[in-house]
Amino acid sequence: MAHGTAAVAKVDSPRSPYVRRKTTRGNYELYSWVFMRASGVVLLVLIFGHLFVNLMVGDGVHAIDFGFVAGKWSNPMWQVWDLLMLWLAMIHGTNGVRTIINDYATRDLTRGILKGLLLLAFTVVVVLGTLVIFTFDPCPPDAPAELLASFCTA
Amino acid sequence: MPTAPAGTLYRGREGMWSWVAHRVTGVLIFFFLLVHVLDTALVRVSPEAYNAAIGTYQTPIMGLGEAGLVAAIVFHAFNGIRILLVDFWAKGPKYQKVMLWVVVGLFVVTMAGFLPRHLINVFTGGH
Ligand code: HEM
Ligand code: HEM
Repeated sequence: MAHGTAAVAKVDSPRSPYVRRKTTRGNYELYSWVFMRASGVVLLVLIFGHLFVNLMVGDGVHAIDFGFVAGKWSNPMWQVWDLLMLWLAMIHGTNGVRTIINDYATRDLTRGILKGLLLLAFTVVVVLGTLVIFTFDPCPPDAPAELLASFCTA
Repeated sequence: MPTAPAGTLYRGREGMWSWVAHRVTGVLIFFFLLVHVLDTALVRVSPEAYNAAIGTYQTPIMGLGEAGLVAAIVFHAFNGIRILLVDFWAKGPKYQKVMLWVVVGLFVVTMAGFLPRHLINVFTGGH
């Protein structure tokens, strides 16, 4: 019986050497495991930088307003920074929560619903966050000047 | 008392509790991030809308919440590096307990640098 894996599996000849069963599920979990670790290292730098600039420098959280965001996002460096942070944190976090759902939601239906909601939240937040970074106008024409960054009036 | 079987560091004591804490902080940060992207999106509505939303982040109660969030991130981040070392460094599993105490130490140092400055900002700064 040289052909047909099912037949081979059923009647192994006594002398046949051990053959590792070929996995049929792909390497998704392996890649996701590697991704959690790789993204974690990058996120550490991105998030610590984000928190330092927004909470520690100057007046910290009190300095944040529309003009503050305008100042940051008129610099491509911070746009790329925030974009990377958004995508990596959302993929890392969503994948982590997926693992947790798999661990605790034992009924197929419950698990399906929870993962559906998770995917929905992921999509909405990533699309919205990406659009916000790239369609942002630091000097909207109809806004009161005192709310805008100083470079808008200059 | 039953002891953990050999060959696992995720059942019982430091190995398990750090895993629980990593899980809890991870979920917490995730839900914060969902809300955070939505509130940041208000910059596309109007400067007034954004300033009103961010104004609620500047109250003392939210200030304490931010301190909690930062604590969660700092623990999750440092413990994440510990997980990397457990997985990739040959001696990692052997030193996992020591490394947890290093994580706790780094956590204390980082928070000691962060908290005073943040709390002064929150309780005396601005408005
Ligand atoms: C209390 C602490 C925090 C404050 C005060 C804060 C403040 C801000 C502000 C002012 C912005 C606008 C743009 C900028 O400044 O770069 C922003 C954007 C952003 N923050 Fe934070 N942040 C905090 C914590 C975090 C944490 C912990 C994460 C990650 C898990 C995070 C992820 C992001 C992302 C991804 C964006 C871009 C949002 C978008 O694409 O629309 N932030 N944050
Ligand atoms: C600051 C840098 C970060 C580092 C170094 C880091 C590192 C890690 C590592 C190594 C894991 C382990 C995965 C595993 O056991 O297979 C993990 C899990 C996880 N992380 Fe992060 N992470 C970071 C930021 C974040 C952020 C911003 C979020 C949320 C948006 C998050 C949410 C999670 C969740 C939910 C899990 C799953 C926990 C579990 O399965 O028990 N992490 N993280």
